[in-house]
Amino acid sequence: MMKLEAIIQPSRFESVKDALREIGIEGMTVTEVRGHGRQKGHTEVYRGREYTVDLLPKIKLEMVLPDAVVNTVVETILKTAKTGKIGDGKIFLSRVEEAIRIRNEERGENAL
Amino acid sequence: MKHMGRKGSFFTVLVLGAVVLAAAPLSAQQPATPSPAIPSSATPHSTGTPETNLTSKSSRAMNERLAQLDQRVTAAQTSADNAWMLVSAALVLMMTGPGLALFYGGLVRRKNTLAIMMQSFALMALITVLWALVGYSLCFGGNGPVIGGFEHAFLRGVGAEPNPDYAGTIPQLTFMVYQLMFAIITPALITGATAERMKFSGTVLFLTLWFLVVYAPLAHMVWGKGGLLSASLGGKFPTLDFAGGTVVHISSGVSALACALYLGKRTGYPRQPMPPHSLVLSFIGACLLWVGWFGFNAGSALASSPLATSAFVATHFAAAAAALSWSAAEWIKNGRPSALGAISGGVAGLVAITPAAGFVAPMPALAIGFIAGALCYWMVTRVKAIFGYDDALDAFGVHGAGGTVGALLTGVFAQQLINPIYGAGKPVGGLDGHWGQVGNQLAGVLISWAFALVGTFVLLKIVDAITGLRVSEEQEIEGLDITQHGEEAYNLEP
Repeated sequence: MMKLEAIIQPSRFESVKDALREIGIEGMTVTEVRGHGRQKGHTEVYRGREYTVDLLPKIKLEMVLPDAVVNTVVETILKTAKTGKIGDGKIFLSRVEEAIRIRNEERGENAL
Repeated sequence: MKHMGRKGSFFTVLVLGAVVLAAAPLSAQQPATPSPAIPSSATPHSTGTPETNLTSKSSRAMNERLAQLDQRVTAAQTSADNAWMLVSAALVLMMTGPGLALFYGGLVRRKNTLAIMMQSFALMALITVLWALVGYSLCFGGNGPVIGGFEHAFLRGVGAEPNPDYAGTIPQLTFMVYQLMFAIITPALITGATAERMKFSGTVLFLTLWFLVVYAPLAHMVWGKGGLLSASLGGKFPTLDFAGGTVVHISSGVSALACALYLGKRTGYPRQPMPPHSLVLSFIGACLLWVGWFGFNAGSALASSPLATSAFVATHFAAAAAALSWSAAEWIKNGRPSALGAISGGVAGLVAITPAAGFVAPMPALAIGFIAGALCYWMVTRVKAIFGYDDALDAFGVHGAGGTVGALLTGVFAQQLINPIYGAGKPVGGLDGHWGQVGNQLAGVLISWAFALVGTFVLLKIVDAITGLRVSEEQEIEGLDITQHGEEAYNLEP
């Protein structure tokens, strides 16, 4: 099992979600987050006072996947979330030791 | 510093342009001369010579009919004037709530929204009660040079009969309630400088005392009978102030500066960003202020007269010109004009035209607006940064500076053609041929500044000792809404 975390542009979120549904991915957890990598923010000026807004709005997708589908999901996200500009985001993958479904205590990939 | 040259020349051009614009048509101005209010006693019926073939009886009947007619004319004028003055009073109240409350409410951070709105609303209630008890009398009772008396305390003698010293065609009760609305908005303007850090208890006590000790004397000095600065009722330094450039804007703006200096900066200022939490609220507030200002300025004619029209037009023109000049300054400096800049400019123009509204023609009104918009922009962006005081919402930068420049320019641009306040044929302002008026205006401005500064510092000291002024740093960080009022402006999640 792998945990996938993808931080993407809010404007690409709907396309990514639709594409994932097409390849049969049903579950995901989505958070509205703020942050930045190499992308610089912008400045706002209020009555002559300049503020640098460097934490930009992003969407974070989290899902835990069976090993067999990880590559397909990564490719799908890469294809649909990319605009080619700085600020498109990142994907992080990590191993997951265990998953337990709370309703019936199923374990492992069956719980996903 | 590399901007200085370009900006300096920009201001020069702006000021020169404005002066040319204003001076050129001065001679060719259309006569917006107010038709003198129909004086009911001037109808020459009592001296009519009866023709010889009329009996004295029919002559008496004629006189009676003329007297009746005269009464009806007076009643008709009262009806018209009273209707406009009641509407004006309501418009001026609308400037405080919701106008100013929204304007300021949007400019603070969200944790302080209700606190600043509550201050405006509290003053609507508090000043009204004080006004009924003693306020009106202190401003408009008696005829001393500095402060009124107690003859109208508890509104004694204030009823349907007009008070000919101030407004001869409307019930004194109307005049009283109209002036009350000015007394409400003036202290409310100060809360822009104390925003986000002053205790509610301290605010209430300070503004109560400020109303009695600073506002009431100033209003009496400028507008009251026998007041030191009165232009039409026997003042030593006749200061032209049509609707409150000194009484309302200099007094509140300069007191705001004193408050900002005394209170000190907000925690984290200027290092930490404190952007306005909702310019949408501020935008709605500014538009309501603009509309309400017609009641403020045109209503100050105290009659539904051509002079009211003249003040209405001047008010509107100055607001528009100032919105443009602030926006232009911003466009040049930042490369982009902002909505906040445009509405701030509009308000600056309204402030500056306030003393001039009933004395100047439309072209000088445009000039006053252009100058005020650019000047106030410079005040809030440069001067505030240079001196480092934390005038949180720019009450001084807009009202203090705009009121001062407006009061001085009134002395330059006032015309007898618009308002022959010194009598027929006597010049009023500088370009009219009476440059001494600029000196009078300066005297009025200096006295107002001194009075506001000293009065405010003394009162702040007193209130500081009684209730304290600032909230604790923890409370300031948590926000005044929760710590002062136990509620939040936005509870979006149930």
